[in-house]
Amino acid sequence: MNFELTDEQRLLRDSVDRLIGPAYDDLAHRRRIAAEPPGYSRELWAKYAELGLLALPFSEEEGGFGGGPVETMLVMEAIGRGLALEPYLATVVLCGNLIRLGASAAQREALVPAIADGSLTLAFAHLERQARYDLFDVGTYARRQGSGFVLEGEKSVVLYGDSATKLIVTARTEGSRRDPQGITLFLVDADAPGVSRRGFATQDGQRGAAISFGSVAVTESAAIGTVGGAGPLIEQVADIAIAAIAAEAVGAAAALHALTLDYLKTRKQFGVPIGSFQVLQHRAVDMFTALEQARSMEYYAAMMAAETDAPARRSAISAAKVQINKSARFIGQQAVQLHGGIGVTMEYRAGHYFKRLTMIEQAFGDTPYHLRRLDAGGGWLDAA
Amino acid sequence: MDLRLTREEIAFRDEIRTFLCENIPEAIRNRIAEGRHVGREDYVTCQRILNAHKLATPNWPVAWGGRDWTPMQRYIFGEEVQSNNVPDPLPFNVAMVGPVIIAFGTEAQKQRLLPPTANLDIWWCQGFSEPGAGSDLASLKTRAVRDGDAWVINGQKTWTTMAQWANWIFLLARTNPEARKPQEGISFFLVDMSTPGITVRPIQLLDGGHEVNEVFFDNVRVPADALVGTEHRGWDCAKFLLANERSNIARVGISKSRLRRIRALARAVPAGDGSLWDDEDFRHRVLQVEIDLKALEMTQLRVIASEREGSRTPNPASSILKIKGSEIQQATTELALEIAGPFALPYHDPEAEYPDGANDLPEGFGWADTAAPTYFNYRKTSIYGGSNEIQRNIIAKMVLGL
Ligand SMILES: Cc1cc2nc3c(=O)[nH]c(=O)nc-3n(C[C@H](O)[C@H](O)[C@H](O)COP(=O)(O)OP(=O)(O)OC[C@H]3O[C@@H](n4cnc5c(N)ncnc54)[C@H](O)[C@@H]3O)c2cc1C
Repeated sequence: MNFELTDEQRLLRDSVDRLIGPAYDDLAHRRRIAAEPPGYSRELWAKYAELGLLALPFSEEEGGFGGGPVETMLVMEAIGRGLALEPYLATVVLCGNLIRLGASAAQREALVPAIADGSLTLAFAHLERQARYDLFDVGTYARRQGSGFVLEGEKSVVLYGDSATKLIVTARTEGSRRDPQGITLFLVDADAPGVSRRGFATQDGQRGAAISFGSVAVTESAAIGTVGGAGPLIEQVADIAIAAIAAEAVGAAAALHALTLDYLKTRKQFGVPIGSFQVLQHRAVDMFTALEQARSMEYYAAMMAAETDAPARRSAISAAKVQINKSARFIGQQAVQLHGGIGVTMEYRAGHYFKRLTMIEQAFGDTPYHLRRLDAGGGWLDAA
Repeated sequence: MDLRLTREEIAFRDEIRTFLCENIPEAIRNRIAEGRHVGREDYVTCQRILNAHKLATPNWPVAWGGRDWTPMQRYIFGEEVQSNNVPDPLPFNVAMVGPVIIAFGTEAQKQRLLPPTANLDIWWCQGFSEPGAGSDLASLKTRAVRDGDAWVINGQKTWTTMAQWANWIFLLARTNPEARKPQEGISFFLVDMSTPGITVRPIQLLDGGHEVNEVFFDNVRVPADALVGTEHRGWDCAKFLLANERSNIARVGISKSRLRRIRALARAVPAGDGSLWDDEDFRHRVLQVEIDLKALEMTQLRVIASEREGSRTPNPASSILKIKGSEIQQATTELALEIAGPFALPYHDPEAEYPDGANDLPEGFGWADTAAPTYFNYRKTSIYGGSNEIQRNIIAKMVLGL
């Protein structure tokens, strides 16, 4: 085992930190950017492209950066620390990996350069209102028509779906609503006839959209991967995304913990820094322990995200998500508590981290969901 | 020992419940049940209805419009108000400053201020905390200096709840900076907020709402009779007030109402082939909170029973009510967040009339968008009214003798 970063990885981390770290230091600036379409900084997005971050998961032969889960982890940690608003998760992690792992060579050739240079943003239109966390609960239907398909259905919470130029849509080409078989991925222009989008702000200052597809015609070549066979790919990419948001959570939680320590040392009540109260010292220690436990599972998730043995990957990722959720909740709540009143306001950074951590908990499966998934896989220790 | 309600108490409860359901507008009660924004006018409407029936200030002496109720009846009333989603009569008026004026005020102050306080013609806010004086309230710096027959106030208050709706503020200010102990040089003032020199700046909370404010005092001249109680002895009033604030802070009825709603929503939220309520683990998590709440209710009843009539210092065990009450309220918001799941993500302006339905579930619920904001907002319950750490300090010292 080796927990050391390579020189290249260290270089990546430092340059990402320099770019994203200070970008949203000023909360008023962050609020202004979030309030104006597209809800993130196009300027900063162009700089992500310059650094090669948007090409990260793609192979070098097709113009990519050839990065793996560790590189993604380093970028996502910086995004977490920086409270960044750019649609990296939606475009690069979710859609980028769907394309990398599912698309044909011709499709990749058309898409990868445009993603890499920042001109193409994508959103994964998957979650439906009835589905909760079930990845295979897809009611959107793709009916065969001539040589192509017609899409019909509604997607509920599509991250950055309001500004994306293209959507990767999951639709059922056969089977019943919760059948793991029979799901197909389609690449659809966001402004294609029949697509209607209603954007909204999210609780953590990002963007989402409810998107409906009313008789949207697509060609056969719009399908990514095999028709009816997208199930395993969707699950794999969801696991990759969980490893990514685990890293984002650790980045955010570490920054929040540091902020709290600072506050404990500087805020005075009863004539002394509140950090001199032993109960708060112990709380800070418990937060630190929770952070380190989360960090360990962040690494474990990064290690297992590329695992080809699907059951092993599933168990590892679910275990990681449970730990991340637990640590994120504890650190978020306690950071707010230790700040007192200032912790529950929008005028101070701690609350923004707390909100983002809360939404990460809600994303791609909450704790009960992942405990069930881990249990279904049998856990990973045998009985004595 | 008989832990059941008497027949009279049951009749009393039913009478209150019927009254509230028949007289308080349903639209307001629904908004409260759904965790939505309630406007100033709504509070005023409800309190005036209650006051017209002598139900706004039952804890006050009969001579000032109160009721000659037993502690148990008072408890039942408060519980019915909360669990039927009626806004509490404004605590700043009814539970805080009203009793202070009654206990410490002059006859003239009572005559002038109590009737409009009961009727919410005066909306009070609480000017205690300052940027540098939160848990350590006695370190407050706002100054009041005597000048002829007036007081001149300078300084800043913060976290002042609903100051934007208030027309009067009760505040603590330092009148004797030379006193031996910080607590000894403080006085308690009643100030009309239209007095020149007062400015209110909003602070946005995590749910996006406007609930608290900073209040600045720049050479604010108030008449001599703005002082209540004895000069420099304002801390006595403050302690008396904070003890009342704490004993009302368990909010059992509110948690009951929230848990009922959680049950209803979980039954309506699709999960797998059925609803979330079909999930045994989820039901057990709800039951765990319900058990905690039942225990808290019994604890609250024990505290009430142990309170001697007319005592000015409530049982220090009331700190338990604050700690558990806030933890249970927070637990209910965690359950609601779990129900909302990924649909908690969309944000709507909490003060907007009604969300646009972007997040409606197939059954037509527009509720999921309040789950996260309420969860964020309720973190305040373990911070205000004396933080839970401070409450633990009180119990350790006053109850356990440590
Ligand atoms: C939503 C909201 C509404 C409010 N409304 C009002 C209002 O209307 N009027 C008003 O006057 N005030 C109001 N308050 C203020 C509230 O009473 C204070 O926030 C509270 O007293 C805590 O003070 P603080 O925020 O300065 O935190 P601090 O006192 O700075 O505390 C920071 C942290 O240190 C801990 N701590 C402090 N001292 C100790 C100790 N001795 N031992 C162990 N831990 C300690 C605290 O528990 C907390 O975790 C409100 C607050 C909020 C959040």
